[in-house]
Amino acid sequence: MRVSLTINGERHEADCWEGESLLFALREKLGFPGSKNACEQGECGSCSVLYDGTLVCACLVLAAQADGHEVTTVEGLAEGEELHPVQQAFVDAGAVQCGFCTPGLVVATADLLRRSPDPSDDEIREALSGNLCRCTGYAKIFDAVRAAARS
Amino acid sequence: MTQAVRQLQVGRVGELVPRVDAPPKVKGEFAYASDLVVPGMLWGHTLRSPWSHARIVSIDISEAVSMPGVHAVLTHDDVPGQKTYGLEFPDQPVLAIDRVLYYGEPVALVAAEHPEQARRAADRIRVEYEPLEPVADMERALDSPDLHPEKPTRGHGYREDDRANVVRHLVIRHGDPDAEGDVSVSGYYEVGSQDQAFLGPESGLAVPDGEGGVDIYVATQWLHVDRAQVAPCLDLPLEQVRIHLAGVGGAFGGREDLSMQIHGALLALHTSRPVKIVYDREESFTGHVHRHPARMWCEHRARRDGKLVNVRFRILLDGGAYASSSTAVASNAASFALGPYESPNALIESTAVYTNNPPCGAMRGFGAVQTCFAAEAQMDRLAAALGIDPVELRLLNALKPGDVLPTGQAITGSMPVAECIRAAAALAPPAPEPLPRDVIRLPGGAGNTTNGDGVRRGVGFAVGFKNIAYSEGFDDYCAARVRLSPDAWAEVHCAAAEVGQGVTGVILQVARTELGIDDVRLAPGQTATVESAGSASASRMTWMAAGAVRDACRAALEEQARRPGEEVDVERIYRHPRTTPLDPETGQITGERAHVAFATCAMKVVTEVDVDLGLTRVVWIGAAQDVGRAVNPQQVEGQIEGGTAQGLGLALMEEIQTRDGLITNASFTDYLIPTALDMPPVESVLIEDPEPDAPYGVKGVGEPPTVVSSAAIASALRDATGRELTRIPVRPDDICL
Repeated sequence: MRVSLTINGERHEADCWEGESLLFALREKLGFPGSKNACEQGECGSCSVLYDGTLVCACLVLAAQADGHEVTTVEGLAEGEELHPVQQAFVDAGAVQCGFCTPGLVVATADLLRRSPDPSDDEIREALSGNLCRCTGYAKIFDAVRAAARS
Repeated sequence: MTQAVRQLQVGRVGELVPRVDAPPKVKGEFAYASDLVVPGMLWGHTLRSPWSHARIVSIDISEAVSMPGVHAVLTHDDVPGQKTYGLEFPDQPVLAIDRVLYYGEPVALVAAEHPEQARRAADRIRVEYEPLEPVADMERALDSPDLHPEKPTRGHGYREDDRANVVRHLVIRHGDPDAEGDVSVSGYYEVGSQDQAFLGPESGLAVPDGEGGVDIYVATQWLHVDRAQVAPCLDLPLEQVRIHLAGVGGAFGGREDLSMQIHGALLALHTSRPVKIVYDREESFTGHVHRHPARMWCEHRARRDGKLVNVRFRILLDGGAYASSSTAVASNAASFALGPYESPNALIESTAVYTNNPPCGAMRGFGAVQTCFAAEAQMDRLAAALGIDPVELRLLNALKPGDVLPTGQAITGSMPVAECIRAAAALAPPAPEPLPRDVIRLPGGAGNTTNGDGVRRGVGFAVGFKNIAYSEGFDDYCAARVRLSPDAWAEVHCAAAEVGQGVTGVILQVARTELGIDDVRLAPGQTATVESAGSASASRMTWMAAGAVRDACRAALEEQARRPGEEVDVERIYRHPRTTPLDPETGQITGERAHVAFATCAMKVVTEVDVDLGLTRVVWIGAAQDVGRAVNPQQVEGQIEGGTAQGLGLALMEEIQTRDGLITNASFTDYLIPTALDMPPVESVLIEDPEPDAPYGVKGVGEPPTVVSSAAIASALRDATGRELTRIPVRPDDICL
C-alpha cells in the first residue's frame, strides 16, 4: 500500500507491505536510518521518534498507521551543521560511546526538555528509563541532559 | 557506502577531548553495519536449530527455493571449502552437517528480496531432526557421552585429559598446596551466564567483486582473524576476501567469534548480488557466545593476623557446544582466582567443559569476573572469621611489585593495588537519606512497593584485577601505517576496531602527539591496506594501537628526514614484551612471564534492600582504578561507569535462562539489563601509575570495573541482609528475610 507521511517537516511517500513497521519504512524505504533497531518490541527505545509530537517507539507503530501523520526523527533535530543543543551536550559530556542508543536518547531528551525545561535528577532518570544504553552506565548521559537543560 | 576518509581533529595524549565520532552519532548519520544499503541488495536469513542436541535426518529445501522473492537456499552442501571454523579451534560447522549441538545453531541460509520473504522461506525448509538427550549440566558433562570425541583442543600444549567433554583442564601448583593456616574458610559459589547485550545486533553486508572474491562490511572486533576464518570456508585465498569495519554498536567480547561473515559471503557469491544479514534481538541471543556460567569451590587459609597462607580453588566453567575461547577463559579464571593478593601457597584447578548449552567465549572480564565474585566473598568471610576489617585484610595481602603470582611470575611492572584500595576506601558515600522520600529513590522504585519499611542499608567492598593484552605465548601484535605528506597532513591506517570504546581517538591523539601536526586523518579500517591490529579485546587496544601508531609515526618522521619534500608511507608492527605458555603439568611460567601486565579496580558500594520483598537499590558506587596513564580522562571515566553497569547487571538481574539447553529468555522483555533507574552515581578516582613497558605508560581500562563491580555489589547486599549470597545474579528470594 502507498503510505504518505510528513517526516521532519517534509512530505514523503513509500510503498509498504502491511506488516512493515514505521521503523522499517523509515530505515529501509524512506532514507532515515538514524532511528535504530535494537529489540523491535518497544523495550530499548533506540527507535524513539516523535509521532504527531508524542514520543513513541517507531518499531511499535505500523507504517500503514502513519499514513497522514507527522514524524520527527533524530535527523530532524540539527539545523544543518548546527547541532541541536541536546546533541551538542551529548558530544561535550562524553555521553556517546558506541552510539547505537544515542539517536533514541537524543530524541527522548529533546522531548523531556520540551515538556520540562529544568528537570530534577529523578525526573531525568525516569524519563530516560525506557532507553537502554549498554556502554555508558548512563552517568554521562545524565550530565548531558543537565547541560542541555542549562543551555 | 564507501566511507570517505574522515578528517578528524582531536587533541594530544592526556587531553580531555570530545570523541570525533560523536557528532555523526548524535545526528543519526553514523553508518552502523545494519544501516548499509547498496543497489540490488538481497536480505539473508539464517535457519537455526530448535533443539540443543539432535541428529539431522534430512533437509528438504525444495519448497523454500520456489517461494516468492527467493534467490538462494543454502545448506552445508554449498560450503565450497572447509566445512568448519572457529576463533581458535575449527570445531564449529559453518552450517550444521549431520547434527546440531546447541539451540540456535545455524542449519541453512536464505537470500530473498525482502527480509520477510527470507524469513518465510526459511520457515518452509523441512529439517527432520532426531532429538538426542542434551548434556545440559556442566558437572555431569564429564560423565556424559563425548560431544567432541575428536578432541579439537588436544595437541595445543595443554594438560592431557581424557575425560569426556573437557575443553581444557588446568592446574596451578604454587608452593606447598597442603600448607595449613590458623584459620580456614570455605565456600561454594555460582555465577550465571551473562549476555553481552550490545545494542546493535549482529549485522553485515557481503558484496561480490565480480571476480570470485568478496568484500564483507561487518561489525566485528578483529578484522584479520575474521578473514583468516572466512577465506578457507569459501575456498578463497586471503586476498580475495576483504573485511571492512562497518559501524559497531557495542561488542564486549561478543563479536570476537564470527556471526554472519561466512553466511553472508556464501549467499553473495552464490547469487552474485550483495547480501545483507541483520539479526533481530532473539537471534542475537543465539548468534554470539556468552559469559561462561561457573561453579567454584574455594578454601582460604590464613594466619591469625590475616596473612594468606594457602588458597585452594576449583573452578568449573560451562563452555557450551563449541570451544570458542574457552581454553583462554579457563586459564584466566585460574590465573586471577586469588584476586590481587599475595599467597605463598596455592592449588588452583580450572576446567572448561563442552555441553549442549549456548556456546560461551569472550565477555568483558574473561574468566576473572567469575573468580573475583568467589574470591572476594571468601575475603569477606575470612575477615569476619578473623575479626579484621575487610579493607584492612585486603591491604595486608595486596599484591605489589616484586611479589610472585601463583604461576611463579614475579611482578615487574605497575601494580598499585594498595593505592586503589586506599583511594576507594577513602571515598565517602552519601549519608543515608531520611524517610519519607520519593519512591523513585527506594527499592522497587516506581513500582511503589514500600514507603521505607523493611529497607536496610549495606556497604560492601571488593577488589579485582586481570591481565592486559594477550597472554601465554600468544604472538600479540598490532600494525599501523602512516602516510605523511610534506604539506603537514598525515593519514593513519590501523585495523583496530572502534567498537565504541574510543580507540579512534587514541590513535589520533597519539599520531598528533608524535607528528606534531593537527591535520591527521584515520582511514577506514580494512584488511587490504594494513596488517592486523589484533582484537579489540583483553583491554589491549589502547596499549597496542598506541604502540603501533607511535612507532609508525616515528618511522615516518625518520623517513621524511631522509627524503625531504616527499610523501612517505611506512608501516610498523608493535609487539608487547613476549609472554610464554604455562607448564601444562604445574601451571608455572616457562619463561619470565605468562601475562604482560595487570590492572586493578577497587570498589565501595552502598545498597538498600527491601528485605520484605527482595528488591534492591544500588545507592552509590565509588571506584578507584589503576589506569596506567589516562589518554583521555573523559573516556576512561566512561569505561569505568559503563563497565560498572555491566557488573551491576550480572549481580542483580542478568542471566541467560536455559531449560535442557534451550534459551527461554531471548528478548529484552525477559533478559533485563540495567536502565537509567537502576544505575547509581559512580564516583571514580583514576590512579595513574605508568606501566613501564607500555607506550606513554598506558594500561587498558575496559575490563577491571566489570571484574569487580558484581563482587562489590554482592558484598553490600550481604552487609544489608546478613545472607551468604553465594550466587549471582542474586534473586529476590535470596534476600527476603
